[in-house]
Amino acid sequence: MGPTATGIPNRKMAMWTFIGSECMLFGTLIATFLIYRGRNIVGPYPDELLNIPFITVTTFVLLMSSLMMVLALSAVHRGDARGTRLYLALTAAFGLIFLGGQYYEFRHFVHEGLPLGRNLFSSTFFVLTGTHGAHVAGGVIWLGTLFLRAARGRLDERHAETVEIAGLYWHFVDVVWIVLFTLIYLLG
Amino acid sequence: MKQRIALAAALLLALVVVQGCGGDGYPQSALHPTSDFGHRLDGLFKQILWWAVVVFVIVVGVLLYTVFRWRERPERGRPREIHGHVLLEIGWTLAPALILVAIAIPTIRTIFLIDNPTADENALTVEVIGHQWWWEFRYPELGIVTANEAHIPVGRTVDLRLRSADVMHSFWIPKLGGKRDLLPGRENQLWFRPDSVGVFWGQCAEYCGTAHALMGMRVVVDDPGGFDAWVAANQAGPATPTEAQTRAGQAVFMGTACVSCHRIRGTAANGNFGPDLTHFGSRLTVGAGILENTPENLAEWIGNTQHVKPGNLMPQVRLTEQQVAQLAAYLLSLR
Amino acid sequence: MATAESRATKMTPEPHLGTYAGGIWSWLTTVDHKRIAIMYFVTGFVFLLVAGAEAELIRVQLARPELRILEPDLYNQLFTMHGTTMVFFAGMPLIIAFFNFVIPLQIGARDVAFPRLNAFSYWTLLFGGLFLYASFFFGGAPDGGWFAYTPLTNRQYSPGSGLDFYILALLLSGIGSIAGGVNFLVTIVNMRAPGMTFMRLPLFTWMSMIVSILILLAFPPFTIGLVFMMFDRTFGTHFFDAAAGADPVLWQHLFWVFGHPEVYILILPAFGVVSEVIPAFSKKSLFGYPVMVFSGILIAFLGFGVWVHHMFSVGLGPIVNAVFGGATMLIAIPTGIKMFNWIATMWGGQLRFTTAMLYAVGLVATFTIGGLSGVMHASPPADLQQTDTYFVVAHFHYVLIGGTVFGLFSGLYYWFPKVTGKLLHEGLGKTHFWLTFTALNVTFFPMHFSGLLGQPRRTFTYAEGLGLDVFNLISTIGAVLFAASFLPLIANLWRTWRRGEDAGPNPWDAPTLEWTTASPPPHYNFAVVPRVDRRNPLWHPHIEAGLGWAGEVEPGGVAPRLQPETPPEPIVMPDPSYWPLVMASGLLIATIGALGSLPVVLSGAAVAFVGLFGWAFEPPERGRH
Repeated sequence: MGPTATGIPNRKMAMWTFIGSECMLFGTLIATFLIYRGRNIVGPYPDELLNIPFITVTTFVLLMSSLMMVLALSAVHRGDARGTRLYLALTAAFGLIFLGGQYYEFRHFVHEGLPLGRNLFSSTFFVLTGTHGAHVAGGVIWLGTLFLRAARGRLDERHAETVEIAGLYWHFVDVVWIVLFTLIYLLG
Repeated sequence: MKQRIALAAALLLALVVVQGCGGDGYPQSALHPTSDFGHRLDGLFKQILWWAVVVFVIVVGVLLYTVFRWRERPERGRPREIHGHVLLEIGWTLAPALILVAIAIPTIRTIFLIDNPTADENALTVEVIGHQWWWEFRYPELGIVTANEAHIPVGRTVDLRLRSADVMHSFWIPKLGGKRDLLPGRENQLWFRPDSVGVFWGQCAEYCGTAHALMGMRVVVDDPGGFDAWVAANQAGPATPTEAQTRAGQAVFMGTACVSCHRIRGTAANGNFGPDLTHFGSRLTVGAGILENTPENLAEWIGNTQHVKPGNLMPQVRLTEQQVAQLAAYLLSLR
Repeated sequence: MATAESRATKMTPEPHLGTYAGGIWSWLTTVDHKRIAIMYFVTGFVFLLVAGAEAELIRVQLARPELRILEPDLYNQLFTMHGTTMVFFAGMPLIIAFFNFVIPLQIGARDVAFPRLNAFSYWTLLFGGLFLYASFFFGGAPDGGWFAYTPLTNRQYSPGSGLDFYILALLLSGIGSIAGGVNFLVTIVNMRAPGMTFMRLPLFTWMSMIVSILILLAFPPFTIGLVFMMFDRTFGTHFFDAAAGADPVLWQHLFWVFGHPEVYILILPAFGVVSEVIPAFSKKSLFGYPVMVFSGILIAFLGFGVWVHHMFSVGLGPIVNAVFGGATMLIAIPTGIKMFNWIATMWGGQLRFTTAMLYAVGLVATFTIGGLSGVMHASPPADLQQTDTYFVVAHFHYVLIGGTVFGLFSGLYYWFPKVTGKLLHEGLGKTHFWLTFTALNVTFFPMHFSGLLGQPRRTFTYAEGLGLDVFNLISTIGAVLFAASFLPLIANLWRTWRRGEDAGPNPWDAPTLEWTTASPPPHYNFAVVPRVDRRNPLWHPHIEAGLGWAGEVEPGGVAPRLQPETPPEPIVMPDPSYWPLVMASGLLIATIGALGSLPVVLSGAAVAFVGLFGWAFEPPERGRH
């Protein structure tokens, strides 16, 4: 629709404002998690269950997925069709691996006697990390559709903006996870 | 025509204002305090009110003047543009700020006077436990448990410990002071020293479900002799029924579901879900401050409780009219 | 793809209806901000009447002490629905209606940044409201109050489904609200006409931008609170379960962190309207424009730091109460400044008391009353007598009716000619104003007294011996007046729509860009994108120097007095689209399923996904921009 008053494309600005709103969303979830830390009346308790080594690996995978995203955007800018397809696929795949790790961890917790409704830790942990996981899943679907478009030859330099905006979202979800990893696992 | 409307409005306003001024007709009035707590709040309120009236008169006065003075008149031509005036802006920023400082200082002073625990070691501790939809009062130092009506001595600090057994409630006896919420899992504190003898009306002030509007109470401030008498009476066991009617009532009570919820100390009735009835007969009201404690009202309460207080957790027990009358007589005998 | 030329020739025979012609399908698939505005307005107005009817029932029940016209069970549902409806399904949609119609026209844009997202927001709002009201037919409406405090709203104490309807309806419409926040913020920041810097924006648009940011930041905590409540009620979590170590007061924090900014979301647009109407009918620019901008920003910013003033009786301690009491008093300053600047705008002006102006000036008076009672609440000790009583009910109705509603009515009378091309009848308008003004005062002034004399809120009746009878009776009489006050309004709208006087482009000789277009504006708003070099572009000296309605047009120059009838070049506008409706419908189905059927949730999600993908992949020639 023509040039914008700031020079920033509408859709990119929209993603930034959406991210701002999402900061409040995750901020509220994180604050609740922190407020309720250490107030469980019954166990199992976090230190009995949190598997830091395992989650460190999945966190690393998610961080690598952000690197893949950067490479994907660079490939799109260069007009490198093969690179675009490869790196989009890797980003999504790494995201899926991360989600697989989340699924495994959730199942393990339930198996160890911590279903969703067990105590304050189960309530805050599952809803907080589950919300994050849902955001990752949404991102994976988005990346998947971008990959399919690239595979059909319909994603080139002209669509760099779309990939960039998806990248913004993906990096945001990654940054949120870094905060969660620090607060839940490292400072737990 | 406009003048007549204005006159009518002024008369209506005057009627409304005058209505709000007398004390006795308003048993739940916050404007007629009878405790140190109540006086502090009232004093602060009146200070703020006067500032508000002054600001209102000035602002609306200037507004009305402006509206009439600058009405459209073709002779005047296009108005001169004035885009702003720094001194004016500073002035009408500072003036409200100063007024707010004048309000903030006594506010903060009062907060710290009323919101810290009382230093009075002679204070009488009363635990207030909120239930859907009645009030439990416990006097731990005196070994008294009662419901919906508390007695306290005039001139002595009472230290209330508030908590809820279920949902949020709020304890409010307007003439004795401001309100404080009752929460589950946490104890709140409220204290004051009443300066007048009398019966004071209160009500729950935090929406707590179906019968929230019918969760009233009475706080009776006694002179020292009267309070000691009330304590002695309530520490004693229940009265033993002597007449046929009251003995029959006792039999009905002990033989029905009443005993599973209510307690009459020293008898087989030992339930703790509903109010303690050991000295029910001496209370002023029935059903948590909603009906005067008379035989007719008590019979209506027992025989038709879900109509009197819909949603009430006291189930409707099937009783004949005669049984209801006997029960009422028995309960009223428990002075 | 219709060109602007063919649109222009189609428009001329029926200039008033061209923009709105077309059957139901054209309305279901519209992405035109002007039509979406009308849909928001009609929806909000209908819900306003419904919530008003709920209030009438409440006042009938409270007319005399110890009445049993309504049983407490039903009464509790009515006051819950009254509050919830007024805030979320009357107040917000009416405000968004004005945002939608006015913002693009005031900034010289042809539509909002994301027209399909705009339509989507509307449908989620409508579906959320309908879903909420379905509760009456499926087990009862929610009855926890509009604020739904825990633990009362925990499943244990509220086992029915009413609150599930409440949670889900608000989550659904909340998605649309946040989308709207994104849409309007990007629109205002990114789609301003050349030369329109931020400090040249009309004040209504400025306030709207601030409100959009408030929406984006305030809704998420409430969303999370609702999610927590839903999880507690449905999946057994313990967010508000004291027995599990949780703090039931957490809900209050989450609710009011949202709830307080929400009231600024409700009032700032009204302030924006007043800042347009008073200058227009004083023939004088707004006094202290930069101060008005910055006071709005300050109110929004401070508004995030006062929420505990709704919780002074919770017992959070003297330090917390003192800090939040002080912050609340602080907010009175930028608010007061606005009142003074409006009066200064009128001072020395040529005041013309059209209905729009009456409502604007009326707002200054009634909001002063509401604001002053607010200052009384700001003092925590004094508030311990006032909170949860009818004194508070008086306060917020003065600011919400005397503020928000008056502002919206002022805007209605001001912009109606632009929306429809017809002028509302001034006589009926003035009758409407005086009836409303009187009803407001008769209904709510006595509540200051009944509150301080001991009448708590949210009570279906009051005892005979309390002395509250006269006050309540007067309030009920006022409520009857309120109902009556809608008659001249509805009569006026009806009469004018059928055979109103033609308004022309600028019946008020107002200074902002929307008044350069035809009334109603053509589909594309501006034939020529205006260029702006100052605030109030139409009060430009060289334009005022005697040029008439058909005055000189300078494409590429300063803002033309009047847009040309046909655009010099073809204009491409987004095509209608049904995908927003499809996606919103999918979300509605999922919402219904969330009441207890996983298959329905999944079906709804599937439909929503189809809608989302259809939307995303809509071919470039259709609906893309």
